[in-house]
Amino acid sequence: MSAPLLEVRGLTIGATIYPPGERPRDIEIVHGVDFTLEKGKVLGLIGESGAGKSTIGLATMAYGRGGVRITGGEVWVNGRDILQAPPGELRKLRGSEVTYVSQSAAASFNPAKRIMDQVVEAAVRHGRFSRRAAEARAVELFRALGLPEPERIGSRYPHQVSGGQLQRCMTALALCPEPDLVVFDEPTTALDVTTQIDVLMAIKEAIRETGVAALYITHDLAVVAQVSDDIMVLKMGEMVEYGPTEQIITRPREEYTRALVSVRSITHEEKPPAGAPVLKVENITARYRGTGFDVLHDVSVALHPGQTLAVVGESGSGKSTLARVITGLLPPRAGAITFAGRALSPELASRSREDLRELQMIYQMADTAMNPRQTVGTIIGRPLEFYFGLSGEEKRKRVKELLDEIEMGEGFIDRYPAELSGGQKQRVCIARALAARPKLIICDEVTSALDPLVADGILKLLLDLQKREDVAYLFITHDLATVKAIADSIAVMYQGRLVRYGPKSEVLAPPFDDYTDLLLSSVPEMRLGWLEDVIANRRMESAGN
Amino acid sequence: MHPVMKLVAQRLALGILLLFAASVLIFAGTQILPGDVAQSILGQSATEKTLANLREQLGLNEPAVTRYFKWLFSALQGDLGTALTNGADIAESLGRRLKNTLFLAACAAVVSVPLAIALGLIAVRFRDRWPDKLISALTLTTISIPEFLLGYVLAYFIAVKLGWAPSVAMINDSMSLFEKLQAVALPVAVLTMVVLAHMMRMTRAAILNVMQSAYIETAELKGLSGLEVIRRHALPNAIAPIVNVVMLNLAYLVVGVVVVEVVFVYPGLGQYLVDHVSKRDVPVVQACGLIFAAVYIGLNMVADIVSILANPRLRHPK
Repeated sequence: MSAPLLEVRGLTIGATIYPPGERPRDIEIVHGVDFTLEKGKVLGLIGESGAGKSTIGLATMAYGRGGVRITGGEVWVNGRDILQAPPGELRKLRGSEVTYVSQSAAASFNPAKRIMDQVVEAAVRHGRFSRRAAEARAVELFRALGLPEPERIGSRYPHQVSGGQLQRCMTALALCPEPDLVVFDEPTTALDVTTQIDVLMAIKEAIRETGVAALYITHDLAVVAQVSDDIMVLKMGEMVEYGPTEQIITRPREEYTRALVSVRSITHEEKPPAGAPVLKVENITARYRGTGFDVLHDVSVALHPGQTLAVVGESGSGKSTLARVITGLLPPRAGAITFAGRALSPELASRSREDLRELQMIYQMADTAMNPRQTVGTIIGRPLEFYFGLSGEEKRKRVKELLDEIEMGEGFIDRYPAELSGGQKQRVCIARALAARPKLIICDEVTSALDPLVADGILKLLLDLQKREDVAYLFITHDLATVKAIADSIAVMYQGRLVRYGPKSEVLAPPFDDYTDLLLSSVPEMRLGWLEDVIANRRMESAGN
Repeated sequence: MHPVMKLVAQRLALGILLLFAASVLIFAGTQILPGDVAQSILGQSATEKTLANLREQLGLNEPAVTRYFKWLFSALQGDLGTALTNGADIAESLGRRLKNTLFLAACAAVVSVPLAIALGLIAVRFRDRWPDKLISALTLTTISIPEFLLGYVLAYFIAVKLGWAPSVAMINDSMSLFEKLQAVALPVAVLTMVVLAHMMRMTRAAILNVMQSAYIETAELKGLSGLEVIRRHALPNAIAPIVNVVMLNLAYLVVGVVVVEVVFVYPGLGQYLVDHVSKRDVPVVQACGLIFAAVYIGLNMVADIVSILANPRLRHPK
């Protein structure tokens, strides 16, 4: 047997961190990882954020992002240790032998240059193809990846194509130089589920047809199961488990892998609506200032005390706009909102303090929703001062109670947000919302930026709090698994319209409308061959029509 | 209409409006100066009668608004009036001086703009290493020294001691281009030193800002060299802030060179203005003010328009 394409031995990677109020110090973030990859095979790297997946992926190009440095080990690509290679040799490797597909194609394409110029740049620069040959190859790749108008899409600028299309262009960019290895770093994570499935299939077919080897990095086990031959599970920079995909999915050996495989442990029995609704949204139509079109058309929903209404849809479906209308940030053009039995003023400025107190909000980015220069105690204490006039010892006591409620404890009261993990930050935001003793909390994608296990903990907490405090949630998300886990009723939105609305048991039961069917069938399932089944089903259906 | 054309047309209209506003300010400014033009022209020989006659002759008895519009309309037709002190046609002498000033500014710009951008690129490529620090130190030193001092020091060493260039930058129409270039060598050197730092640092900062972007990582992972990444991927996205600073400095080269012109006795617009301010020659001061305002507004307008055109989102809408 010939030498493997890629062999990583004892790889250690370090970084300099800058903890607030302390001296910078060096830490090790990957502690000795080994793996090999044969020509034409796909290895999935999976783990939560901080596991070192992307760092390891970039190390196969001898690249360290920001302050990251490769501190030890060997990375053999095509028979040479690239960690010992001089800079000129490395430049020849990058973009020709090994290429990279990043998570956000929208950010990774240069906004000032045409797509074609960027797609062929590496292939031409490294002398792999002439400009003409490279362009012809790019057009072939565009076609193979299912992009519309493959002949012309290259002459567009990145902002002129959609996110899903750009992600496919990025794949074309990586495949254009005929590399031996492509590093896919969360290539579908930023996409809607309905878009993800097409991009995933396009990537899978491109890998098969070109015979290129790939490292596929993701935090979603169900996704990686569809494309890879082997899977390596990472945690905190260490290998947990490494084996064939089928074994990892069906017979995980390690406790941590089992937790990843069966991450949704939450079950929530749907409650029947009881009493008068706490929130009634009637026939809302809204548009943003300076635009000529409505982003919400005639939307009506209701939410009962102590219940959860999940608003689900893709980006651009109008679900966040609905939240802006309810909170008063965007006064609607038509329609009315009733909250706790009284009409709610459309303008934020003319709402009473009581309205403000009873309607709280939690955001997707806990990071940016907190003042980094305030302590946790100040952040949670602010609504206590503002709404209840608490101060001094009384306020501190209530903050401690709230910290207990979010299962963090009073030890955190004098910490700054930068000292907290992503999950802890979101918990503090929940405590801040809870401090106002609201009747309704709008949760806007509150778990989308979190790892599955952490998100799970947050959802459990929200459900527990709901039982105790009888608070209602308007839960905005694009993640159907979350919806299934926590909702009492569901509103499915598409292009600003409500396409399906009712109790969870009805919305998730057939017969489905076309869009809900598409949405539900696009959620990756943790089994081999799921992707092929779905695609085959869809082809049959479209042939049948 | 293409949205870019609309934006550009808006900028042009705004520029013209600003120019009118500036003309009002200039006229009003010269009106509230203390003293009386007629008085200062006649000086010691002024009597009640001659003063009244001269005021009548100069139209000073008419209301200011009438005089402003008269002045504005003749200025629009290219007639800037005659100088009070020597009766010369202002448009003619000003045109000659303006040509000289523009020549000096153009020479300085041709040297300083590419140099500043190249130094900025080098500073980014070697950021926080010795070439970056050296470039920063040198340019900051030259911008910190007053320009008259720079001028005299250069004149002393290069003109007097070494004799490489004349210390007095007199030019006239009979000189060949090469002779002219030699004559302005020293003032060009001083002006370059003065404007270099500002443009260089803005180039450096704007590109460093862009270097944080994900697409720079993409370019690095394509195996491009450091300078290729900066030149091909970072620079095109940093055009707008750089052009803004370049235009501000070009405006300074036209408008702010009074000191350098005086030091090198260069027959430019600045000296012309200074001469006539001291003689209280109001029409000349007004005309110079108008020219300076036009240059400033025009160059900044160009910067705005280039920024608009450099934005692919505006140039190629969805």
